[in-house]
Amino acid sequence: MTELEKTPVRRAPRRERGGWASGFLGAVVEAWDELRIHKTRVLLSLIGVGVAVCALTSVVGIGAIAQQAQIEQLERGSGRPATLVLSPPYNPETGQQGDPAIMAEAAATVVERYAIGYAGSTQWMQLSAQFRDGVSLVDAQAVDVDYGVMHRVQVGQGRWFVDRDELRLAPAIVVSDQFWQRLGSPDLRTHPTIQLLGEDPVTAVVVGVLPVQPFDLSLRAYILNSAYASLATPEQIAQAWPQYEFWVPPDMATELTDLIRRDVAAACGEGWQVDVNRQDYLAWEGGEDPTASIRMVLAGIAVLILILGALGLVNISLVTVRQRIREIGIRRSFGATAPRVFFAVMMESVVATVVAGVAGVVVAVAIVQNPVVRDFVAFGLTDVPPFPVEAALLGLGAATAVGALAGLLPALVAVRVKVIDAIRY
Amino acid sequence: MSLLTLEAVTRSVALPDGARLDILKGIDLTVEVGDHVSIVGRSGSGKSTLLNILGLLDSPTSGRILVDDEPVERFSSRQRDRKRGRDIGFIFQQFNLLPGRTALENAMTPLLYASGRQFFSRASIAAEMLERVGLGHRMSSMPDKLSGGEQQRVAIARALVRGPRLILADEPTGALDIETGASVMELLDDVAEQSGAALITITHDANVAALARRHFRLDRGVLAPVDVNRALAMSESADRALALPSGESA
Repeated sequence: MTELEKTPVRRAPRRERGGWASGFLGAVVEAWDELRIHKTRVLLSLIGVGVAVCALTSVVGIGAIAQQAQIEQLERGSGRPATLVLSPPYNPETGQQGDPAIMAEAAATVVERYAIGYAGSTQWMQLSAQFRDGVSLVDAQAVDVDYGVMHRVQVGQGRWFVDRDELRLAPAIVVSDQFWQRLGSPDLRTHPTIQLLGEDPVTAVVVGVLPVQPFDLSLRAYILNSAYASLATPEQIAQAWPQYEFWVPPDMATELTDLIRRDVAAACGEGWQVDVNRQDYLAWEGGEDPTASIRMVLAGIAVLILILGALGLVNISLVTVRQRIREIGIRRSFGATAPRVFFAVMMESVVATVVAGVAGVVVAVAIVQNPVVRDFVAFGLTDVPPFPVEAALLGLGAATAVGALAGLLPALVAVRVKVIDAIRY
Repeated sequence: MSLLTLEAVTRSVALPDGARLDILKGIDLTVEVGDHVSIVGRSGSGKSTLLNILGLLDSPTSGRILVDDEPVERFSSRQRDRKRGRDIGFIFQQFNLLPGRTALENAMTPLLYASGRQFFSRASIAAEMLERVGLGHRMSSMPDKLSGGEQQRVAIARALVRGPRLILADEPTGALDIETGASVMELLDDVAEQSGAALITITHDANVAALARRHFRLDRGVLAPVDVNRALAMSESADRALALPSGESA
C-alpha cells in the first residue's frame, strides 16, 4: 500500500456564500456529465426529438413559403393589399356609362392629390394576331407599366414593360407561353415580332413571355394602354370601359376609398354612380382567411410529429431513470437534495433536447432554404420569404418544452427514490 | 458537545399482514468528535437500518437523534440533506463508484453539492485526496479497470473530499480479500484520525471491529457494548481449529 502522507485532511468551511450559483452550475455540470457519459444512449434517444423538431420547423418554414406562394397567386389575380378599383361610373337613371376621358382625368387627379405611388387602368379586349399559319384571336389586356408591380406579374423569359416602352413605335407585348410557342418559340434576343391586325395594323415586338401555366392553352397577351390606343379604332376606344386600380397602404384603404369615390363623383357631376371597392385578397374582413386552411393542416401535421417525438423521449427517459436509481441514491447520500435531483434530471432532459432542437433547426433551415425544395413547393416566387424566424424559435421552444415535459416524469420518479433502497438496488 | 447522539431510537416497519416488525429497539449511542466505533452483528440484525439512521438517510419510528446536540427532527428535509453532504461521508461495501466516470470524477462527485471554493476547486481537491490515498497515478482510470482495493480507496477519497466530521463505513472490507481489507482499514483509520473525524464501522469481521476504540454488538435490534478482545480471541481460536489437522487440538 502506498504510504499515506501525514498532512492534515482539508476540512470544509461550515458555511459558504454563493450557494445558489454553485447549485445551479452544479446541476448543469451534472446534467452535462450524464449526457457526455451516456452519449450513445442520449444520441439514440434524441434522434427522435431532433427529427421531430426538424420536421416541425421544416413544416412551418415550408408552410411560410407555400403561404407566400398562395398569397402571390392571389395577388396576381386581384392585386396586392390594398388595391382599390374604380369601376366606370354609370347613370342609374339613364343607364349610360361615364365618359372615359373624364374618368381618366379624375383618376389622374386622384393619383396626384393623394400621392399614390402605383396606379393604372386596365381593360380587356380581343386582338387579331397574324401568325404564320393564320390569324388567331388573342385574349389581351391593356395595362400600364405599374400593373406588373401591383399584380406581381412574373415573366418566364424576357421582361415586363418599362417606361420607355411607352415611346416605342412598334409596341411591346408580353405574351403567354402558348402564344410564344405558336410563334415558333423564338429567342427573345432576336426581338421576335407579330403583326396585330386592326384599323391600322401594327407590328408588335415580343419583349416577355409569361411562365408556363399548367392546363393553360389560351393565347394571351399584355399590351400597354398607350399602345392599344394607337391600335384601336375610335369605336373600340369609345366602347372601352377601363377600370382604374390604385395600390394604397392597407391602413389608409378605407379612408382613401371614400375620398376617391367622392372626388370622382364630383368630377362626373350629379346623377352619376361611382363605385370604388377594395379587391385584394385581404378585402374580406371577417371572412375566412384564404390561407387559414393550409396553415391549419400544416400545424396539425407538425403537432402530431412533435407528440410522437415527445412520447419516444418520455419512454426512453423513464427506462433510463429506472436504470439510474442506484446512482441517484448514491448522489443523495452525498448530500444531493430532492429539488437538486429533480432539477438535474430535468436539466439533463432539457439540455439534451435543446441540443437536439438546435441540430433539428439547422437541418430544417438547410432543407427549407434549398432551392430545389423551394421550387418544388412554390415555383416562381417573386418575393422569396427568408427562413421564418418564428419557425426556428418555435422549433427551439418546442424542443425545450418537450425536454421539460419528457424530463418531468423521470424527475418525479427520481425524487421519489428511497435512498436506502436505491443504494442497495 | 457530542457529535451524534441516539436516544432510545426505535425503528419498526409494517408487514403486509398488518403485523409490525421491530428492527431497532431502544438504541442509545453517543459518538464524540474523533471517536472510532465499531458495530458488529449478524445479517438481519438491523446493522444497515442503524447505519441509515446514523447517516440521516432514514428517520426513527421513535426516539431522538441529536447532531451537535441539536435534534434532527427540527431539520427540514433539505437541511438534513445538506447536513449529510457537509458532515457525513459514506463508504459502502460494494464501493458504489459511479460507472463511466474516472477515479477523479468519482472523487469529485460530492463536491458538486458543495458551494463556493469547494465547488469551483473540486478537481484539485479531489486530485489531492486521491494522491493522499495513494491513487495519484490512477486518476484517469475507470472503476472497472481498478482492483477491489483501489476502488475502495477511491470510495474513501470520495467520502473524505468534503472534510466530513463523521465517516460511516458499511462493511468496508466485505468485498475485499484479507490483506487488501487490512490495508484499506489501516488507511481509513489513519485518514479519520488525521482529519479528526469520527469513524463508525459496521462490520461482521471481528478483526476490522478490533481496530476501533469502542465496540458494540447489534443483536435482534438491541445495541450493546462488547469486549472485542474476547470476541477476537474466540474468532482466532475458531480459525486455528479449522486450520489444524483432525484429531489435534489447539
